Amino acid sequence: MIEIANLYKSFGEHKVLDGLSLNIDKGTTCVIIGRSGCGKSVLLKHIMGIMKAEKGKIVVSDKEVGKLNEKEMNALRMKIGYVFQGGALFDSMTVGENVGFGLIEHDHISHHELLERIEECLCLVGLCGIMNLMPSELSGGMKKRVSLARALCIRPEIILYDEPTTGVDPITADSINDLIVNLHDKLKVTSIVVTHDMKSAYKVADKIAMMYQGKIIAQGSSEEIQHSEHPVVHQFINGLAQGPITETLEAGAKLIP
Amino acid sequence: MTHKFFITFGRRIHNLLFFLGGMANLCAQTFYLSFMPPYKKDRVIEQIKKSGFDSLPIVSLVALFIGFIFALQTAYFMQRIGSEMYIASMVALSLVRELGPVITALVVAGRVGASNTAELGSMQVTEQIDALEAFATNPIKYLVVPRFLSLILVLPVLTLYADMVGILGSYAICVYKLGISSSMYMQVTFDALLFKDLFTGLFKTIFFGMIIAFVSCYEGFNVEGGAEGVGQATTRCVVISFILIIMADCFFTAMFYFIFP
Repeated sequence: MIEIANLYKSFGEHKVLDGLSLNIDKGTTCVIIGRSGCGKSVLLKHIMGIMKAEKGKIVVSDKEVGKLNEKEMNALRMKIGYVFQGGALFDSMTVGENVGFGLIEHDHISHHELLERIEECLCLVGLCGIMNLMPSELSGGMKKRVSLARALCIRPEIILYDEPTTGVDPITADSINDLIVNLHDKLKVTSIVVTHDMKSAYKVADKIAMMYQGKIIAQGSSEEIQHSEHPVVHQFINGLAQGPITETLEAGAKLIP
Repeated sequence: MTHKFFITFGRRIHNLLFFLGGMANLCAQTFYLSFMPPYKKDRVIEQIKKSGFDSLPIVSLVALFIGFIFALQTAYFMQRIGSEMYIASMVALSLVRELGPVITALVVAGRVGASNTAELGSMQVTEQIDALEAFATNPIKYLVVPRFLSLILVLPVLTLYADMVGILGSYAICVYKLGISSSMYMQVTFDALLFKDLFTGLFKTIFFGMIIAFVSCYEGFNVEGGAEGVGQATTRCVVISFILIIMADCFFTAMFYFIFP
């Protein structure tokens, strides 16, 4: 379903993606874990075609992202729902207009049908009846759920979640995890979840991939990752202050005069 | 020392070329997308209201005071040579050909341009522009084209309005303070103004509108690093717009001087 091969991307001299390769099967949920700022969100933006890679290829639903023209790329984007880290709700629009944005812009459905679809998606994320509120009136957790409803409204085949549980309380975080699992079971969508919240990762993942220094250094089921002997994976999943990740950072800092 | 100088110089040149390239790309895409369907009239009308209708109070106030000041300053010299009746023609010509277009453009650059940059910049840092792309919506078509169209439509109209309000301000000073008769003032004003004066004044405002739209949207799209970045981009937008408007005005004034001597 999604095939990423030898992807390279740098910002200045900082290599964010350094020959990253990953395959995700149809109908599965893949969780990508890694430290903040390691390039997980950048990877998602490459899958959406928002960012262009320097080298490598991404194939989504048998279409190579870098080789599509604008029309084909847009058609592909309408099959992918993207849940942004901070929600990225359009703050000049109501919640309803946000959720229905994809349909309002591209699908010519009746007003009645549109309202029904918006309400259905909002109810799916547990937020019935807030269509007329403005994003500024919502809490952080509600914004994330509205962002998820917006992604669902276009009935996507693939959903990309960018840190869906970061910055919300543990109860809301767990309800978002439940939502991801339910959507996967009900709608059979392929999902990529980017997170550094291990509890969330274990709960929603069919497969976990660890990203480090621009590459996928380990991948496997939740159990395999939990029992991994890779020192970097071990340090990360156990949240240890001492280990190869922090030692590399300290060595790098010492090299800077 | 020399090494540092060349690094700084090189960086400046690089930034300038990057800015020019980015602006050229934005201009080309905006022109192209302005003619491409779908045409969303509602967003253009919304922007016309924001940039035109909502600018009326400040444009009125500035134009009225410019009219007052200009009449008083002109009167200072004209009274010395006993030619008060020509105040009307001087004010009308200066306002219609030069002051009206430039002052209106500067006011709109400060009000609308800054607001465009701040709005698009905030959208950039909160990933709303990425979200537009994620929903298969071209951000230039959705955000820049309505602002561009509204500014090139609104600025000539606002300028015409500012010209009239400025002349009204000067009329008030001349008629009620300097004792020039109302009919005389009107007659001298209309005698002085030719169609080419109005045309040259309004024609350049279309380009001023383009400058404001492109600079403000470019700076908004290129915001980096949160609230501080938005503030810096907004300042840059106003400063660059002011400089380009004055430079463009100089160019058009020289051009029209030679085309319509």
